[in-house]
Amino acid sequence: MADPGTTPMVEARGVRKSFGRLEVLRGIDLVVHPGEVLCLIGPSGSGKSTFLRCINHLEKVDGGELSVDGELVGYRRSGDRLHELRDREVCGKRAEIGMVFQRFNLFPHMSVLDNVISGPVRVKREPASSAKERARLLLERVGLADKIAAYPNQLSGGQQQRVAIARALAMQPKLMLFDEPTSALDPELVGDVLDVMRGLATDGMTMIVVTHEMGFAREVGDTVVFMDDGVAVEQGDPKVVLTSPRHERTRVFLSKVL
Amino acid sequence: MTDSSGLSDRPAGGDPGPTRTVPVRHPGRWVASAVVLVLVAMLVNTLVFSHVVRGGTREGRYQWPVVWKYLFVTPVLKGVAVTLELTAIAMAVGIVLGVVLAVMRLSPNRLLSGSAWIYIWFFRGTPVLVQLTFWYVGITYLYPTLTLGIPFGPAFYTVNANSLVTSFIAAALGLSLNEGAYMAEIVRAGIISVDEGQTEAAQSLGMSKVQTLRRIVLPQAMRIIIPPTGNETISMLKTTSLVIVIAGGDLFTATQNISNNNYQIVPLLTVASLWYLFFTSVLTIGQFYVERHYARGSTRTLPPTPLQRLRQDLFRLRPQPQPALAEAPWVGPHG
Repeated sequence: MADPGTTPMVEARGVRKSFGRLEVLRGIDLVVHPGEVLCLIGPSGSGKSTFLRCINHLEKVDGGELSVDGELVGYRRSGDRLHELRDREVCGKRAEIGMVFQRFNLFPHMSVLDNVISGPVRVKREPASSAKERARLLLERVGLADKIAAYPNQLSGGQQQRVAIARALAMQPKLMLFDEPTSALDPELVGDVLDVMRGLATDGMTMIVVTHEMGFAREVGDTVVFMDDGVAVEQGDPKVVLTSPRHERTRVFLSKVL
Repeated sequence: MTDSSGLSDRPAGGDPGPTRTVPVRHPGRWVASAVVLVLVAMLVNTLVFSHVVRGGTREGRYQWPVVWKYLFVTPVLKGVAVTLELTAIAMAVGIVLGVVLAVMRLSPNRLLSGSAWIYIWFFRGTPVLVQLTFWYVGITYLYPTLTLGIPFGPAFYTVNANSLVTSFIAAALGLSLNEGAYMAEIVRAGIISVDEGQTEAAQSLGMSKVQTLRRIVLPQAMRIIIPPTGNETISMLKTTSLVIVIAGGDLFTATQNISNNNYQIVPLLTVASLWYLFFTSVLTIGQFYVERHYARGSTRTLPPTPLQRLRQDLFRLRPQPQPALAEAPWVGPHG
């Protein structure tokens, strides 16, 4: 796998998160190295999405340590104290992490092109001309060069999701988070989105993918983590975990979905 | 009035030969239309043609020549200007204030959300007529001098409230602050109508809270905010007439001043009504186009403008070889 000498892209140690009384994450440990694709699988309500959202600080971690590229998420350490980061610092960190949502969340009042350049222009203050240039290339790459002027609600779900991926890539992120990117799609549209993701993985993008697509996890994932009830029950090479799981809970889950 | 049911009586697919379909008759509609026509005729008659004897002389019931004589006199036009100014100021300040108050109410800080809540509670809880009078009379009584300085510290500048708070200032102030409370609720409703996922997507791109609000949330909230804001503007245009109680110099004050002198009370009320009607009509048309603009991205095809609709109707009146196909030209390729 990856060179152990490099800084891990994502490192979680004993990450905990509660919503009121409900403990959603109960000590998650995992490591993602640069260039790696990690697939998170597990039943709904197991905390996969919450963990993903902790990585770019959409949710605040309650306990444990979570770091991206060697830096703590949401906090700065000085001595034995953790200082919460200012809004602007959090924004700067988020700008380096792309995120793709289950329900696309494209901006409906903007054209496809404006969606894709919104990050570079507004956040990075990049000139619109060069952002547009790059956006065109990205849209070409996801197979939607002809939809540049369309509005999101004129696109199919699969097309919207590919625009959403292009929008995230436009920020030139070092890490991509996918939160069940194909769960809201009609079955015949899933393939196009997975193809784009497969291409990204081939190009060496570091990716964390919450998914129910076991085929994708097996084929593209370097590591698969099975989560249940806020715990990472089992992790390892997808070919091993998905075919001969060691834990009973993993076995039960896989027997239902495969 | 136009009955379009006769247009699509041809079968859509294939060519099964000339079948004749008989459209359903609507006798009830004919009766209702006749009744309405009679009422319209009565209305036109009483407005235009009927006469009445007042003080021994026979004259037109609505005295249109008198109305016409006063419709464009300088004092009335000045009043119109003040009415428009007050409407514009009150709505502009009200909208800005409304956005600020709405954002404050949605703030996690209890002091901010609480103070916004109290503001709205106070200004919605008292009649605007009372507030206007209060701004004009109460301010000078409660605060005879107004001071600019450091709170609880030295004063830099002091001014006599009587000279500062003219009736126009009091009117603008009263209407604006009142409108702010109503706009706050409208803006807040718009903001919370935008899906949470939009905020998350914007934040995941690295946008700050201000950018997210300004670039992502507010433009989408506009679709919810615009229609009631149009209503508020139309309502404000008429509410300005209340400033007559503080001699605000608006349209209604002007016409009342004239009729107090010449006793032509009803014709001058008609003058005021015509002006109000004219401007509410203009605003209604403006509202249609603004709403249409902000519908972008939420409807796949925009509704036709009245002009486009007229053109369609005229087009439809001409004999068409295949009327069923020309029926819905505005249905887009994604419909």
